[in-house]
Amino acid sequence: MAKLELQNLTKAYSQKIVPVKDLSLSVEDGEFLTLVGPSGCGKSTILRMIAGLDQPTEGRVLIGGKDVNPLAPGDRNIAMVFQSYALYPHMSVQQNIASGLKLRNLATGDIQKRVQDASRVLGLDPLLDRRPAKLSGGQRQRVALARALVRNPDVFLLDEPLSNLDALLREQVRADLKQIFEDQQSPVVYVTHDQTEAMTLSSKVAVLSDGYLQQLGSPNEIYKTPANRFVASFIGSPQMNIIPLERVNNAVLLGDSKVDLPTNLPAKSSVIMGIRPEHLRLPREGDHQIVQGNVFLVENLGMSDLISLRVHGDDNLTLRALLPSDATWSRENLKLALPPESIHWFDTETEARLN
Amino acid sequence: MTQDYIRQREKRTGWMLVIPAVLLLLLVYAFPILRAFWLGFFTENLSTNLQPEFSGLENYGRMVQDGRFWQSIGNTAIFTVFSLLFELILGLIIALALDQAFRGRGLVRTIAILPWALPTALIALAWRWIFNAEYGVWNDILVRLQIIGDPVNWLGDPNWAMVSVIAADVWKTTSFVAILLLAGLQSISQDLYEAHSIDGATPWQSFRQITLPLIAPQIVIAMLFRFAQAFGIFDLIQVMTGGGPGGATEMVSIYIYATVMRYLDFGYGAALVAVTFLILILVVALAGLGLKRLQANAE
Ligand SMILES: Nc1ncnc2c1ncn2[C@@H]1O[C@H](COP(=O)(O)OP(=O)(O)O)[C@@H](O)[C@H]1O
Ligand SMILES: [Mg+2]
Repeated sequence: MAKLELQNLTKAYSQKIVPVKDLSLSVEDGEFLTLVGPSGCGKSTILRMIAGLDQPTEGRVLIGGKDVNPLAPGDRNIAMVFQSYALYPHMSVQQNIASGLKLRNLATGDIQKRVQDASRVLGLDPLLDRRPAKLSGGQRQRVALARALVRNPDVFLLDEPLSNLDALLREQVRADLKQIFEDQQSPVVYVTHDQTEAMTLSSKVAVLSDGYLQQLGSPNEIYKTPANRFVASFIGSPQMNIIPLERVNNAVLLGDSKVDLPTNLPAKSSVIMGIRPEHLRLPREGDHQIVQGNVFLVENLGMSDLISLRVHGDDNLTLRALLPSDATWSRENLKLALPPESIHWFDTETEARLN
Repeated sequence: MTQDYIRQREKRTGWMLVIPAVLLLLLVYAFPILRAFWLGFFTENLSTNLQPEFSGLENYGRMVQDGRFWQSIGNTAIFTVFSLLFELILGLIIALALDQAFRGRGLVRTIAILPWALPTALIALAWRWIFNAEYGVWNDILVRLQIIGDPVNWLGDPNWAMVSVIAADVWKTTSFVAILLLAGLQSISQDLYEAHSIDGATPWQSFRQITLPLIAPQIVIAMLFRFAQAFGIFDLIQVMTGGGPGGATEMVSIYIYATVMRYLDFGYGAALVAVTFLILILVVALAGLGLKRLQANAE
């Protein structure tokens, strides 16, 4: 059990390739931090610096208040689950799980007990004598997890552990992961490019892009008040409607409709409006901000319909809205309400959140 | 069932495709070997006016008594064991070095195979000059460095001659071993080493517990090839020492060559070939078996 801190972490492979730029954050005991961002944004590099597989160009990694920069990976008491699982192909499942304990010279009885516990939790008992090549993808994934869990490490690191599983299995393992790590006291750093995993698993999410930390907060905060345009468009599925608009006095024109701006916005000539498809709804009594248009595409998602609307008054302007599938509506001249509290405003130049 | 039908048809096509090659192999390999076995039951030398006379197991009885034969077997064994040992150790070191990323790695790799790609006879000639007692560069270097006082007659001394031919063979074929092992090393994912280091392993532990077991099949294959070549070594020895001095580097193949070509003892030569062939096959079969087990292990 130990707090993990990253202080001004920077990694430069060359002058042009700087995948991590001045990153500072901390993960408390029992916290589950997810690093999320598009491929190539430096997530794995961050994990590798925490693990000690890469040295940071600048900055420090602290575990339990201790600077671990000079320590070799094996001396940091961390456990890592690789995207490829990195199981030792010539060892049985049992040997794979026990390897880290053996290398640390634990007593045989202790090793056996810990391996048994982990294998029971992950349902690996019938597979202990098999080699990794004789396992399915999901089983390999669980062996990799077991190998991390038995170690009882100070910090858990997981690099896209679900990305090699098929969609159905991924959902199931995701739920298992959540349960397993809820019982763990150590900080967990989990890397994914999948925002659903980030939202469902974490107590804290760090959104990364271009090597920079874009936002750090609870899944709820990230979803409700995205700090900038990138976070707004990256988090949430289906993606948020993001529309750059010209400003007319204290409002913007969305085709033929007028949308009021909040009062505290800086006076600039243009602004970016964002609204999530699930927040657009059929008008009710008292709704006064209404947009009207023709539906040109309906995608049935089962529970709801994702509709695409061409807004009246501006043929280039389309909005996507998520409507319950039992609702009735017409494709022509469909009216949708824009609840003011669900609208996000961003600066056109800095793309930072305004409201 | 249809599936069996298709499989049968494919099998038939397969056989038809390989039969020409099999026939050719039988003709080129099996025929001479079988003929050697057959000839081994005859006496055919100057005393029979080079006419074959059936003599049963007489040749084999003679072999048991033949001190020169046993010495050549012993020489071959020593040559093979030490060549392979040094080639394995040096080859592994070179392969490990070549597996690291560095500038000009491609060039070094290409240069490394050169000795292996050159004709053995040429290399043997070069080494004969290097080890020459009067003009050899090796003596020159050692004398200049004051490691030895007087020049050594490397190829003229029985023990040093063996050391010299082993050195030449190691120089020539280590790169072959290295390249084979390098292929094995490169098939090991870097992730495994990283996971192992996080597990707390030192580089030496990773070498023992990850590298060696995972390249074991390549080691066996390399040693198998090298065994077959070293056990039948001829050109290198023939050019460097001719089997001398006093038979100190006479290998089985050299002895067979002398028996047949110099003493014109065809029947006995054939029997020698048969026995050598059996020894070779036996070792190769054992190694093949071991390899199969290794591969089953890796699955
Ligand atoms: N060893 C390396 N040398 C040079 N560039 C690297 C190296 N490792 C990663 N990179 C680069 O750093 C960037 C971030 O990589 P990575 O951290 O793996 O991204 P992610 O895990 O978010 O997909 C990528 O552009 C990648 O090409
Ligand atoms: Mg990655």
